[in-house]
Amino acid sequence: MDDRISQDQRTPYRASSPNFSAAPGAHPSAIHVSALCKTYGTDDTGVMALDDINLDIRAGEFVTVVGPSGCGKSTLMRMIAGLIAPSRGEIRLGGDIVRGTRRDIGIVFQSPVLFPWRTVLENVLIPIDVQRRGRQQNLPKARDLLAMVGLADFAHRYPAELSGGMQQRVGIARALVNDPAILLMDEPFGALDAMTRENLNVELQRLWQSNGNTVLLITHSISEAVFLADRVVVMTARPGRIAEVLEIDLPRPRTLEMMGSTAFGHYVNRIRTHFGAKGAD
Amino acid sequence: MLDLASVDTPRNRLLSVLLLAGLLVSWEVVIRVFGIAPFILPAPSAVAQALWRGFANGPFLQHTLTTVAEVLLGFIFGSAVGLVLGVGIALNRHIAYFVYPYIVMFLSMPKVALAPLIVLWFGLGITSKIVTAALVTFFPVMVNTIAGLNAADRDGIDLIRSLGGTERQIFTMLRLPAALPMIVAGLEIAMTLSLIGTVVAELIGAEQGLGMLMQSMNFSMDTAGVFSILIVLAIVGLVLNQALKSARRRMIFWENAGRASSTPSRRASPATEVENTLAVSR
Ligand SMILES: Nc1ncnc2c1ncn2[C@@H]1O[C@H](COP(=O)(O)OP(=O)(O)O)[C@@H](O)[C@H]1O
Ligand SMILES: [Mg+2]
Repeated sequence: MDDRISQDQRTPYRASSPNFSAAPGAHPSAIHVSALCKTYGTDDTGVMALDDINLDIRAGEFVTVVGPSGCGKSTLMRMIAGLIAPSRGEIRLGGDIVRGTRRDIGIVFQSPVLFPWRTVLENVLIPIDVQRRGRQQNLPKARDLLAMVGLADFAHRYPAELSGGMQQRVGIARALVNDPAILLMDEPFGALDAMTRENLNVELQRLWQSNGNTVLLITHSISEAVFLADRVVVMTARPGRIAEVLEIDLPRPRTLEMMGSTAFGHYVNRIRTHFGAKGAD
Repeated sequence: MLDLASVDTPRNRLLSVLLLAGLLVSWEVVIRVFGIAPFILPAPSAVAQALWRGFANGPFLQHTLTTVAEVLLGFIFGSAVGLVLGVGIALNRHIAYFVYPYIVMFLSMPKVALAPLIVLWFGLGITSKIVTAALVTFFPVMVNTIAGLNAADRDGIDLIRSLGGTERQIFTMLRLPAALPMIVAGLEIAMTLSLIGTVVAELIGAEQGLGMLMQSMNFSMDTAGVFSILIVLAIVGLVLNQALKSARRRMIFWENAGRASSTPSRRASPATEVENTLAVSR
């Protein structure tokens, strides 16, 4: 628990504006990661989860991270979100060094993380409640987002009444409700069946194209990584390192049919070479 | 929990009533045929008579009200202390560090065994009953509160934290509501134990109450009277538990939502097992 960022360290971010203020005289990247290392536990006995990660993500870019279990994908995401502190190196969001959590990041986890005592609409409003932005002003936004993920009719239902795919849609709507500049998604569709997953991939692309957020999406699935990404970050394990960053030069909006194309297959095969015969799992 | 709803048909209800009637009739017949002395085992008709007389022109109602008041007051005080201590221990490691050894010691001790001491200290009046009831009540509430507050999942905590939420918000928005099902489960056990504690204290020494009444009937070999009090106690326990169950349905309303699909099943509470064992082995 010592790697958690303490209360006072994160205070400076409390009052920060919901959108990034550009550093003077520069066009800072949305996410800038340099020489980042993370060791859990003490330096000599600890587990080195990430080793020398360097990454630069432009504003509005869709980047996916693919790699085997335990290569530090979640660790990377949690450090970008300011939930845990790096051991070495630094992360800048819009030019500002990350010292703790902030108010302009949306997170989607592998499990939907819905609060069962809140209705679907109230779950979408969680960021609004936490940041005390006022439910009344943000109700239209919340309803719009629910409509965009196809759940307008379920606003007043409870999560237990929804299927797994619908629950994850609520999680996505919630992550977008406070207009975050950055959307972090940690294997958001990992627990869903293949059909639901592909549909949600298409939906996510549409949402991203209309919202223009910077998205960092972690996945186990190579084809999902290629389908969604402007760039795919390929990671390998023990210690977690970036093996390759691959530009995906396929036209948008991408369709499920494109997954059968030779260009698509070429990217998938190229990524697969990093994982031997066994794939990203 | 057993799912009995599927066999709760009109036919089975009728059979169930017939079974009860059959049991009572055979009990009556056995008593008469073998001429068993009423002070050893009274016939059901004698028990029914004692019950009727006790309420119609006897003191049953007054003693029942006394006992119920003691049970409820003990329950309220004990639960309040259990809740506060549980929250304190779950939230503050220092409190946990200093209080935990006593809890572990207390855990393995049958709390009702303290009843004689408490009657000695607080006298024969209502106070000693309330204290005994509170003492047996607070423990399951505290244990379940601690377990419940620690049951919130890490992603939910991270979600609030990632939005810049405070520890206080994590508590009120997530940990407390997430703990509610277990806290209420603790309250259900506590209610049963409160009745046990009260009656034990009354049996040891009291001026009023069903336990005291039962004790005096036992001395005068009024076994039918003792049986009738046992029936009253069973009904009191049943009513109190039903009241809590309906409170539960309203407090944890989301448990009723989407029952058909994937309602998370009720957690088995650690206190349930501990306390049940203690209550039985006492
Ligand atoms: N809180 C923690 N304490 C100690 N080790 C951890 C912790 N979280 C993750 N790790 C270790 O760090 C490595 C990377 O974990 P993680 O970032 O979860 O990988 P991924 O998300 O890619 O599966 C793993 O070896 C894991 O066991
Ligand atoms: Mg992970």
